[in-house]
Amino acid sequence: MLSKDQVQKIASLARIEITDEEAEKYSKELSDILGFVEKLNEADTDGIEPIAPARLATRSVAGRHITGAKNVVREDKIVEYSEETKNNIIKNFPEKKDRFDKVKTVF
Amino acid sequence: MIKDLHNKLINQETTSEKLTEDYFAAIEEKDPEIKAYLSLNKEFALDKARAVDKKIKNGEEIDLLAGIPSAIKDNICIENLPATAGSKVLENYRAPYDATVIKKLKENDSVFIGKTNLDEFAMGSSTENSAYQTTKNPHDLSRVPGGSSGGSAAAVAADMCAYSLGSDTGGSIRQPAAFCGVVGLKPTYGMVSRYGLIAMASSLDQISPITKTVEDAAIVLSRIAGKDRFDSTTMKTVEKKYEDFLGADISSLKIGVPKEYFAAGGLDQNVEQKIREAISKYEKMGAKIVDISLPSADFALATYYIIMPSEVSSNLARFDGIRFGQSVGAESEKTGEDFTLQNIYFKSRAKYLGKEVKRRVMLGTYALSAGYYDQYYLKAQKVRALIKKEFEEAFQKVDLILGPTSPTAAFKIGEKTASPLEMYLADIYTVTANIVGLPAISVPCGSIEEEGKTLPVGLQLMGKWFDEETLLNAAYVFEQTI
Repeated sequence: MLSKDQVQKIASLARIEITDEEAEKYSKELSDILGFVEKLNEADTDGIEPIAPARLATRSVAGRHITGAKNVVREDKIVEYSEETKNNIIKNFPEKKDRFDKVKTVF
Repeated sequence: MIKDLHNKLINQETTSEKLTEDYFAAIEEKDPEIKAYLSLNKEFALDKARAVDKKIKNGEEIDLLAGIPSAIKDNICIENLPATAGSKVLENYRAPYDATVIKKLKENDSVFIGKTNLDEFAMGSSTENSAYQTTKNPHDLSRVPGGSSGGSAAAVAADMCAYSLGSDTGGSIRQPAAFCGVVGLKPTYGMVSRYGLIAMASSLDQISPITKTVEDAAIVLSRIAGKDRFDSTTMKTVEKKYEDFLGADISSLKIGVPKEYFAAGGLDQNVEQKIREAISKYEKMGAKIVDISLPSADFALATYYIIMPSEVSSNLARFDGIRFGQSVGAESEKTGEDFTLQNIYFKSRAKYLGKEVKRRVMLGTYALSAGYYDQYYLKAQKVRALIKKEFEEAFQKVDLILGPTSPTAAFKIGEKTASPLEMYLADIYTVTANIVGLPAISVPCGSIEEEGKTLPVGLQLMGKWFDEETLLNAAYVFEQTI
């Protein structure tokens, strides 16, 4: 069972502000789901290599990606996008100054 | 259906403009109740339709999909159009570029009539998690259309488009297709590029068609599949027109029926009956039915509910109020509040992400956090390898695996919203194909009566990796018997 404090800690790691009441609700719901996935402990995975993302599935662990893809590489080449696409990206900035994305000071 | 429309277009019995206008008329009539669409692009669609009509008049050769009106799930980007992903956080977002699938469909002169409703960020099995509206099942308006691609499935079922695109992470194409009585195809992982799809769980997501017929699914798949430098998981496959390989004899086909799929307690008896009838039909057509066992199938849903939220928590970190989407920072100019950078993250995400999304982000954050990674994520990836091994062994013996798409027909709106876990069980038969990356299709296999309403039931077939040809053919041959 996840405590309310644990839920608050998880929410903080996830960068989501939650109220005390929400923490209480999530503590029950998340615990239910975690209880359900406990089932995985019944699976015997001794000696089983985990499925890995294609970028980590090197030749030495070939086949560990779900489709057998391995070492996916491509030419390191800049693909130019149109001025229109660039402007469309800029238009989506929540706050901007000229063509810059405006961000609060970090420190 | 697409071929018929295409023939009418090239024989000039109708025009794409007329076809498009007819669909908009149907939308005006039905969609106020069904609520499949989140946004419509009438002028944009009619312009495209007229351009296709001009090509036909000039005697130019056109593709099967040219001038055919389609609907696109609102988590797939079309340049300059909204892409809300069913979330408030992207309410004012305009896609700056086309998804690869959209680029491909545009090259074939497809007409996009609108963007369809979904559970927020494709997380759900009913569209009830959409931040905008709940789509209704066209067969019974008091029931859900399934999800997350519920809008796309309802739009096809209610004849408000010729076909649609959705995405399938754990059944989000196949379950709504089953609930709405249409065809839903999830291709092999790596078949279709996800560039321009708003990512949910990257090791599971596939873009897929929802159509009236199996042939239509084959037509759409042939045009959206292929290797893409913008999605490194896409594989180089033999480019073929899948629609040209339908109707082949199935007498040498071996179909596996896993006993575990019928032992599950949640399977509705009437649904089971329909699936058993489908098995008999295949037998009559000469296919060999083989009893198989997939003991680890039982772990699929638990595996899914670790891997999916883990990847969700990582993918949704981008909705932080900085580069796009709604932000409390942008509002502070009006309200005069001064936020720190950290506050912008915390408050933007709190305000604009929905409950289910937050739940999954937190679950994934926990599963990936220091001290728990091995226990949850790594364990799940090992069980995933175990399940994959079992499927590889099963496919030594059989060509296809058959079962129900969903344990029940469409459920009532509000029936499962109280318990997230209850809702998750709706995905029990569909998640496995995503876990192991297999192609799978849901085909209508009749209907059942519930409270005086006729509700469709879906049959699910799963095929070998990248063997969409066998899968589509078997589905097609079955469809002809209905």
